[in-house]
Amino acid sequence: MGEFDFSVWGPSLPFIRDGLLFTLRLTLIAMTGGIVFGTLLALARLSPIVPLSRVAGAYVDLMRSVPLVLVILWFFLVIPYLTGKPVGAEVSAIITFTAFEAAFYCEIMRSGIQSVSRGQVHAAHALGLTQAQAMIHVVLPQALRNMLPVLLTQTIVLFQDTSLVYAIGAKDMLKAADVVGKNYNRPVEMIVLSALIYFAICFSLSLAVRQLQKRVAIVR
Amino acid sequence: MIEIRNVSKWYGPTQVLKGCSTQVAKGEVVVVCGPSGSGKSTLIKCVNGLEPFTEGSIAVDGISVGDPKTDLPKLRARVGMVFQHFELFPHMSVRQNLALAQVRVLGRKAEEADARGMSLLDRVGLRAHADKFPGQLSGGQQQRVAIARALAMDPICLLFDEPTSALDPEMIGEVLDVMVELAQEGMTMMCVTHEMGFARKVARRVVFMDHGEIVEDAPAGAFFDAPASDRARTFLARILHH
Repeated sequence: MGEFDFSVWGPSLPFIRDGLLFTLRLTLIAMTGGIVFGTLLALARLSPIVPLSRVAGAYVDLMRSVPLVLVILWFFLVIPYLTGKPVGAEVSAIITFTAFEAAFYCEIMRSGIQSVSRGQVHAAHALGLTQAQAMIHVVLPQALRNMLPVLLTQTIVLFQDTSLVYAIGAKDMLKAADVVGKNYNRPVEMIVLSALIYFAICFSLSLAVRQLQKRVAIVR
Repeated sequence: MIEIRNVSKWYGPTQVLKGCSTQVAKGEVVVVCGPSGSGKSTLIKCVNGLEPFTEGSIAVDGISVGDPKTDLPKLRARVGMVFQHFELFPHMSVRQNLALAQVRVLGRKAEEADARGMSLLDRVGLRAHADKFPGQLSGGQQQRVAIARALAMDPICLLFDEPTSALDPEMIGEVLDVMVELAQEGMTMMCVTHEMGFARKVARRVVFMDHGEIVEDAPAGAFFDAPASDRARTFLARILHH
């Protein structure tokens, strides 16, 4: 095979960019949807209504006990049955990641909600706020703020995990690198390139989270 | 205004309130005191339904607190409460703390709520701090904001749950000054506190609790000069000693 030839990186960039855009889009949608559904799941888990909290708990346990690749494949096969038509790898990936990440964000939001003291809830109730108003205006904003670093760390994990969509052939960055690598017969160089991009993005996000953690620590 | 009749409460097998009965008339200031663990905080939290009770009844302004049909949020909006640890909302500025329930519960317009909040901040001497966050204020300042927040709802009575117990000694005075002023203006107040100077100055009656029971319920003067029970005498000797 001889020496490495990194000149393949230049012509690969448009493909890599398109793949990266999908990866980022998938990450952002799954993060937003995951936090929203995860918060609802957390509220269900903490609810005094036992059947509701059981169902939410079972969902979270199921998602957390099955390898992500299997969930991705399973959704890819099952969603067409539910919707009656094939939805494509990209849409399937978005639905899967939102549903899967919701279970993880749920556990983060649950500990966030529990980190807000009873006294705060009492104060909100004493002012006449209803259960729902106390949750929306007093508890959740504090839970989100307390958990921000952990939520972002989970998002970094999510960003890396999106590479698993190769299993269903969605065109993310890794897939783009793979295709270009095969076309130019330079697979190793392309894998190195995608690893560098993953590293650069994740490492700078980690640094940002660390900075944020310091700031949150000072405010409190 | 506040009618407490035969209220008992159990936590599992432990009884924390034993047949407590007392009342607070309109315009009256009643101080509740007693050793820690005597149930006084639990009792005052039963008054606005923050703590449920097992037996007996509590009525505020004729409305039964324990009745499941009672709209508790509506009732609580009319009963102000001040907590030991202030419980200002740390993610909101002082101004927002004062406005939140006025807007969300009373349905006041934002400007109206803000104006009311600012005039109350003026009153507790903290107008200059309106845009700060609770974490930037001293304990005494936070508690004065908390009192202003309760007053912003135009309550018919105020409940104080050890309002000065978490404060450094040099900050107790500024909070008590505000409370004395309120009492002298005729606000109906039920105060759990160990500040016997405050009790002597403004309380009409003192309720002394021990082990979940109301041991004495006497006019303030009589309670301090001639406590009827040994337990009250021991308690007074201990806290007036220093």
